[in-house]
Amino acid sequence: MTSKLNQMIASKYFSFFVTLALFVILYGAGMAIYKGFMRPQVFLNLFIDNAALIIVTIGITFTLIIAGIDLSVGAVLALVCMVLAWLLANTGIPLGLAVLLVLVMGTVFGAVQGYIITKFDLQPFIITLAGMFFCRGLTAVISQDTIQIVNPDWVALASYRIDLGVGFISIGAVVALIMIAIAAIVLGFTKFGRAVFAIGGSESSAALMGLPVFRTKVMVYAISGFCASMGGLAYSLIMLTGYNLHGLGMEMDAIASSVIGGTLLTGGVGFIPGALIGVLIQGVILTFISFQGTLSAWWTKIVVGALLCVFIIMQALITEQKSKLSSKRSMEDNNNPPQAATAAQ
Amino acid sequence: MDMLKKFSGSSLFLPVVALSVLLIFNTLFVDGFLTIQMTEDGHLYGRLVDILNRSCSLIILALGMTFVIATSGIDISVGAVVAISAAVVCTLIGGRGDGVAEMPMTLAMLAAVGVGVLCGMWNGLLVAKFKIQAVVATLILMTAGRGVAQLMTEGQIITVYYKPFEYIAGFLPNMPLPTNIFIALAMVLLVAVLMKKTSIGLFVQSVGINPTAARYAGINVTMVIFLVYAFSGLCAGVSGLIESSLIRAADANNAGLNMEMDAILAVALGGTLLSGGKFYVGGSVIGAITIQTLTTTMYALGVSADQLPVVKAAAVIIICLIQSKKAQEMFDKWKASRHSQQKNDTKAVIGKAVKQL
Amino acid sequence: MAQALLEMRHITKEFPGVRALSNVDFTLHAGEIHSLMGENGAGKSTLVKVLTGVYPRDGGTVFLNGKAINPKTPKDAQDCGISTVYQEVNLCSNLTVAENIFIGREPRKFGMIDWNTINQRAAELLAKLDVHIDVTKTLDNYSVALQQMIAIARAVDVDAKILILDEPTSSLNEEETAHLFKIMRQLQKQGLGIIFISHFLDQIYEICDHITVLRNGELVGAYETAKLPRLELIAKMVGKDLNEVKDMDNFAEKSVPSDEVFLDAKGIGAVGKLNEVDVQIHKGEVIGFAGLLGSGRTETAELLFGINEINKGSLSINGKKLHLKNPMNAMEQKIGFCPEDRKLSGIIGDLSVRENIILAMQAKDGILRHIPYEEQVKIADDCIKLLRIKVSSREQLVKNLSGGNQQKVIIARWLATQPDLLILDEPTRGIDVGTKTEIQKMAISLAKKKGMAVVFISSEMDEMVRTCTKLVVMRDRRKVAELTGSDISSDGVMKAIAGGAA
Repeated sequence: MTSKLNQMIASKYFSFFVTLALFVILYGAGMAIYKGFMRPQVFLNLFIDNAALIIVTIGITFTLIIAGIDLSVGAVLALVCMVLAWLLANTGIPLGLAVLLVLVMGTVFGAVQGYIITKFDLQPFIITLAGMFFCRGLTAVISQDTIQIVNPDWVALASYRIDLGVGFISIGAVVALIMIAIAAIVLGFTKFGRAVFAIGGSESSAALMGLPVFRTKVMVYAISGFCASMGGLAYSLIMLTGYNLHGLGMEMDAIASSVIGGTLLTGGVGFIPGALIGVLIQGVILTFISFQGTLSAWWTKIVVGALLCVFIIMQALITEQKSKLSSKRSMEDNNNPPQAATAAQ
Repeated sequence: MDMLKKFSGSSLFLPVVALSVLLIFNTLFVDGFLTIQMTEDGHLYGRLVDILNRSCSLIILALGMTFVIATSGIDISVGAVVAISAAVVCTLIGGRGDGVAEMPMTLAMLAAVGVGVLCGMWNGLLVAKFKIQAVVATLILMTAGRGVAQLMTEGQIITVYYKPFEYIAGFLPNMPLPTNIFIALAMVLLVAVLMKKTSIGLFVQSVGINPTAARYAGINVTMVIFLVYAFSGLCAGVSGLIESSLIRAADANNAGLNMEMDAILAVALGGTLLSGGKFYVGGSVIGAITIQTLTTTMYALGVSADQLPVVKAAAVIIICLIQSKKAQEMFDKWKASRHSQQKNDTKAVIGKAVKQL
Repeated sequence: MAQALLEMRHITKEFPGVRALSNVDFTLHAGEIHSLMGENGAGKSTLVKVLTGVYPRDGGTVFLNGKAINPKTPKDAQDCGISTVYQEVNLCSNLTVAENIFIGREPRKFGMIDWNTINQRAAELLAKLDVHIDVTKTLDNYSVALQQMIAIARAVDVDAKILILDEPTSSLNEEETAHLFKIMRQLQKQGLGIIFISHFLDQIYEICDHITVLRNGELVGAYETAKLPRLELIAKMVGKDLNEVKDMDNFAEKSVPSDEVFLDAKGIGAVGKLNEVDVQIHKGEVIGFAGLLGSGRTETAELLFGINEINKGSLSINGKKLHLKNPMNAMEQKIGFCPEDRKLSGIIGDLSVRENIILAMQAKDGILRHIPYEEQVKIADDCIKLLRIKVSSREQLVKNLSGGNQQKVIIARWLATQPDLLILDEPTRGIDVGTKTEIQKMAISLAKKKGMAVVFISSEMDEMVRTCTKLVVMRDRRKVAELTGSDISSDGVMKAIAGGAA
């Protein structure tokens, strides 16, 4: 019995199944308490409301897998919203070009962070923390007030809904799901993706095995920057504004989602579908709070923080358990052979 | 000359030079920057006093942050803890319009600092006991902490009308300088005494440089790490008192906002490596004053509080690059190659000259 | 003779202040297993690192199949066909076995990694090496021995011409070693040139065709194994003639242990670390823990010092039953411990010699009872003088000292606490011969003059034979024999380790 349990705990997908079960239980509880949860649209709304977070979480998962971190994502998202709004309000450039520009900006910003971290061997959290302050400040430099987006195409895109029969979803949600699929494929089935995992497992080994460590690391931070700016576009579709405080604290929501979904903060392990469930769990909690009505909004931050704590502590305990198991196993390996050896003599 | 060389190699070199540059700049471009006057009731005032006054809470935060960074950790929750501490002290004293305190101020202050210590202990528990990366562990409190502060103040800005509350960051009757300067001074002295009379410095540095070796030498590494976070929480708690007294209110959204960055910057500027190990309390204190001078200067130049982080973030990255071993190696290589090239050039010139002769 | 597979000519490598290699030649033929021998610091690992592109060389040429090569990184070397398998396996434990073999050169289908092919080919490859495991499990599910086989499989499959095995057997048991040798012979037949580095003479003589001996960064010579008797090899390695080597076995009078028992451990063990060990340590005794790396000798020492908790058996010190929870508990019982890995768990590199010396004493006194500076200076100076530590000043940073002097600083750290029991785990590893002898003599004199009990752990058998009055021999994380008096000889220990005596 215990050995079966141990095996389960040691399994790659253990944490994913815990997360999935948690989501089902939470959603089930929601259905039991509030009738509203029964409506399919409430489920679809999880994707609509959290499209930006899903996309940002993808990027941060990449950085966490290489045992790095990107604290700048929330601020990059805000900067992207602001720059887009500013470009549309103050210049005559076409919408497509503006969108392209902000995507390039976010990606380049991520790549620069990655370059500084890798080239000068600096701690990622310091550089991306500075990056976070830099982008927040820059957003305020552009405008300290909210800038409304009135571009008719963007507004139309924002309100566009795709009918699924039982309900509808938004463009942002579709983009988020497509990106989830792409990210899962990239991580699972491309050379680059596997190099990302190898670096997370052991950077020096990865280098000795001839993997392009430098390039891969810079690309990971570029991807995180790209996802943050893509998330910014999705966010912009919901808010239709540029504002200094957009996405405040989103880095924690994203890290929490990733960790809840089974990404190890020590690197080397991460699971994109799990990260998606991680976001959805947060979404359900938000829905709870909004259905409940009397709970204030800052409860979400506290609940997400608590959730992150629980999952990290669980990870720490599992890792400990696992290392105990493996050292025990290697002892057993060592104990059996001597008989054979003496027999051979 | 020797003294100059010694000074330029010391850890205080960078912060002192930076501070001097800022002071000179201000003296030249800000009218009456150096003027200090005395009011009728015996209070000193002037821009320098103002800078010192404003830098107190940062100095205190930097003290705590120095120890945390020395153990190769980081505490990005200090800003949020400042907000929590401010919320505690203001809610306990209460915002009664008639200026009556609902609870004795000393008790409220103790409670606020106590809550700060609790926050620090929570961080310490996560980092020391559960071995969670410091940045993630403290990120939790950084984001959730403001939520906690909001809950306490029920989303309101609580303004305190109780008169003595102003004294914390203002003037006690007949004192020439504001009280918080004395509080900061007391904290600095406390740390100085701890450094001199206990082995805290040796233990913290050992843990920061090589935790395994420290453990093998009998040091209780878990306890040392736990304590530095608790101390950082204490410092944030005290800062919270000053910050709330400055505006006579608790503002859960804005109290201590971005202060974690200032504190990290102060420590780094003071010569402590962000990767941990050797630390310099004196450097951090001067670093904190420098950062506050920078902030004041920027305000004077018309930069708003929201925009300021751009400058500070750039400063952090520059300091990181200066501290980076890799960058130093690259610079050395570059210098060496230039040097040899120069040599070759001179050789070529001499060779040419000889030929011509 | 056919053209050599690898020729290294006049290789020179300098580090600041030291000439690590001067004018060394090395030749390897295809289908040959060649051992590189020499004491620690002789230049073996430097030579390997020059060959594999870890260090750039300062002089000399390297020819592979007659063509000059100049690998600048391990990756370059690999591309040339030079693969290395290290003692601590350089693979990624979070990836599957199959992926570890194929990463960086995965077969693809429609641009996507073809996992089926990878798993299938990995299984075939390992089957050739007679390894039958589930290749879809992550690497951390398997023992170090298996991980090494997997590393070899990877190396062989990337078209290696030369395979360097750096101390591969130090953590393997006999059966695993036998399996490894089988694989090596198989690869030898396929025409690979193998460079094998090991501390175990028996293994060298079992598997190698040729031996190249280095000493102090210089080439002593290259020999056919069959024509080089063991004693002669040792003599060449240490640079002394045969009679001297024989003399070294009793170079100082050993201590005489008292009857007083200091520490008595009965059947101690810890889950995942140690099975069962009985040890009795007397005052004034130098006791050795002998065995291969991973045999449980370090693990035993760590249990005695409270680094890991004992959860089996009982431990009593000075007749009192105790449970050690952490190093401090052990220090309170007047035990000191110089750990095996000096850099990782010994020195605090960025602190001064003085601070490193008083560290344990200060930890014992507690954070509040600060040792005054003047006293620190006195203690440090006394230790520097007593142990003849070479420093420019007591404020010099420890990381700037040589290995031997760093070791002395750590020993000084413990002597300053005036222990009743001092545990020295590999105190002579990686330091020069002169200092080695000094440390051995010191261990004996501490036992003799101060009545201290000393635990001495070393991989070098003759060292243990010379210094210890009692030897506890371990294998597979349990005690297999205890030797005293005239039973203590290299031969006796080898037999006990090999299981012949059992």
